[in-house]
Amino acid sequence: MTASTESFTHSRAPRPSGGPAQAVRDSLVVAKRNLIRMVRIPEVVIFGLIQPIMFVVLFSYVFGGAIPVPGHPGNDPSVYREYLMAGIFAQTVTFATAGAGAGIADDMHKGLIDRFRSLPMSRGAVLTGRTLADLVQTALTMLVLIVVAVIVGWRIHDGFPRALAGIGLLLLLGYAFSWIGALIGLSVRTPEAATSGGLIWLFPLTFISNAFVPTSNMPAFLRHVADWNPFSATVQAARQLFGNPQGAASNAWPMQHPALASLLWSLLIIAVFRTLAVRKYRSATA
Amino acid sequence: MPGAIYAEGLVKTFGEVRALDGVDLDVPEGTVLGLLGPNGAGKTTAVRVLTTLLRPDSGRARVAGIDVLKHPNEVRRSIGLSGQFAAVDEYLTGRENLQMVGQLYQMGAKAAKARAGELLDRFNLSDAADRPAKTYSGGMRRRLDLAAALVVRPPVMFMDEPTTGLDPRNRQQLWDVIKELVSGGTTLLLTTQYLEEADNLAHDIAVIDHGRVIERGTSDQLKARTGGERVEVVVQTPEMIEPAAAILHRFSAKGLNKAEATVDRHTRRVTVPVTGGAKLLAEVIRELDTHGIEIDDIGLRRPTLDDVFLALTGHAAEDAPATDAESPAAQRAEEAAK
Repeated sequence: MTASTESFTHSRAPRPSGGPAQAVRDSLVVAKRNLIRMVRIPEVVIFGLIQPIMFVVLFSYVFGGAIPVPGHPGNDPSVYREYLMAGIFAQTVTFATAGAGAGIADDMHKGLIDRFRSLPMSRGAVLTGRTLADLVQTALTMLVLIVVAVIVGWRIHDGFPRALAGIGLLLLLGYAFSWIGALIGLSVRTPEAATSGGLIWLFPLTFISNAFVPTSNMPAFLRHVADWNPFSATVQAARQLFGNPQGAASNAWPMQHPALASLLWSLLIIAVFRTLAVRKYRSATA
Repeated sequence: MPGAIYAEGLVKTFGEVRALDGVDLDVPEGTVLGLLGPNGAGKTTAVRVLTTLLRPDSGRARVAGIDVLKHPNEVRRSIGLSGQFAAVDEYLTGRENLQMVGQLYQMGAKAAKARAGELLDRFNLSDAADRPAKTYSGGMRRRLDLAAALVVRPPVMFMDEPTTGLDPRNRQQLWDVIKELVSGGTTLLLTTQYLEEADNLAHDIAVIDHGRVIERGTSDQLKARTGGERVEVVVQTPEMIEPAAAILHRFSAKGLNKAEATVDRHTRRVTVPVTGGAKLLAEVIRELDTHGIEIDDIGLRRPTLDDVFLALTGHAAEDAPATDAESPAAQRAEEAAK
């Protein structure tokens, strides 16, 4: 530690350009940081893969023969398997909620959020960077899951462009949910609380939907909830775009226009939870 | 003209707790203020307010001439923050950490990279530059943390307990860096639980307790008020107390109002404030020996944060760790006091 004192000559940081260009740049710097972490802690990605793969295999072979899909008489398990995949995909993308929540709670806990908040950076960038990195992770998980799904017999029937649109809607839903996770992560005291807080409500949300079973046999009240569940809209849209069996379509508006409903739901969730999370970030205290 | 760090009437409450209860600070440009106090005194809250991390309930603050509440982002361009709560990412390498911080200070990618290399050299971290910070020792991590605060060569620095938990060697190393930094004209606000640390680094000390600055002055002024160093003697028999007190009185520091020897008959302990340290202690032992006074224990006791607090507030600095722990004299004296 003998170098010249020259390195201590004072200067302020360059003036922030402000505006969207700076926000994008800062977000990418933070996203890069989170992606580096992902590579260095591969366990997180690997465990993130095991659960959905388990679900694919369990639901396909255990429930497969027992759950009839309306409109497809006979108990051909391959019909349910095709019906199921969009549901598993959707459930998988929403697990990004727990990842984002735990990551941000961990950053709070370790003092990194304080470091970031003391820097002249764009206010939303820490959270945007995190959610973007989670989106990359979700996309990778989806890729592996699609391979597994194809192995157990899932196919798309209406061509690649429509299938890609379906995957796009699924990823957008996952991105929207990671903003819910961000808000949870900023609101709890420990990363552990963020993980369970990020997962607990996902179970009722994903099960009171058309993801695993057709809604036509649910009690009327639950059926309404399921029809208007943002999750159901995305699942239904994905089934349509993949050309998979859809069960009996309900008359509820989101089930009649699932792609549009899914898009609107996701954008609404992003708008609401991004606003809340960024506001929370600005006053965050570890 | 207000200093590079200036605060007036800062109040911050968390529920029932008044973490800051009207704090005023004024740190002239190019000087170091040591904010001294036990855990929970409000040191960290004060730093959080001044570094834009926390909005006070009331009061005003300016850092580098900029209003902290009105223009927080301008303030952020001019400060560096290091210490217990501004961390580095342990999964990123030292280099990646510094580069990221540089870019978030709005430096270009190239400039940030060059600066990271410079700082890693400067802080003896070049060999470990491309290892994740997770693998660093405590001292290395503190150096990396400090480097992160220096990425843009800020004119005003805040360090929150920079050496808490470090061993003496690493603490000394960090002190050297901080001294060099200050000699370059940086204004520094430093919080610490160690009187010794404030003594070593700070021009001025503000003692904070229950969210209030209860005393300020130079280290010498504070020590004079606290009584400075003391020699403590425990004699073997009660009859030896009086002659021992008489001898100790001759060694007492002149010009201090507490120069009388104090006597505790129950424990047969005689205490007197002194100046002159270990050398004087040897003379005292010789003199006592000459007069045939037999002693159970003798020690040189330096003022600790506890002493400062006792002197200033009449209550001990609860849950502050025993300061000055490296000084064997102080340890012995403390053991003797039990």
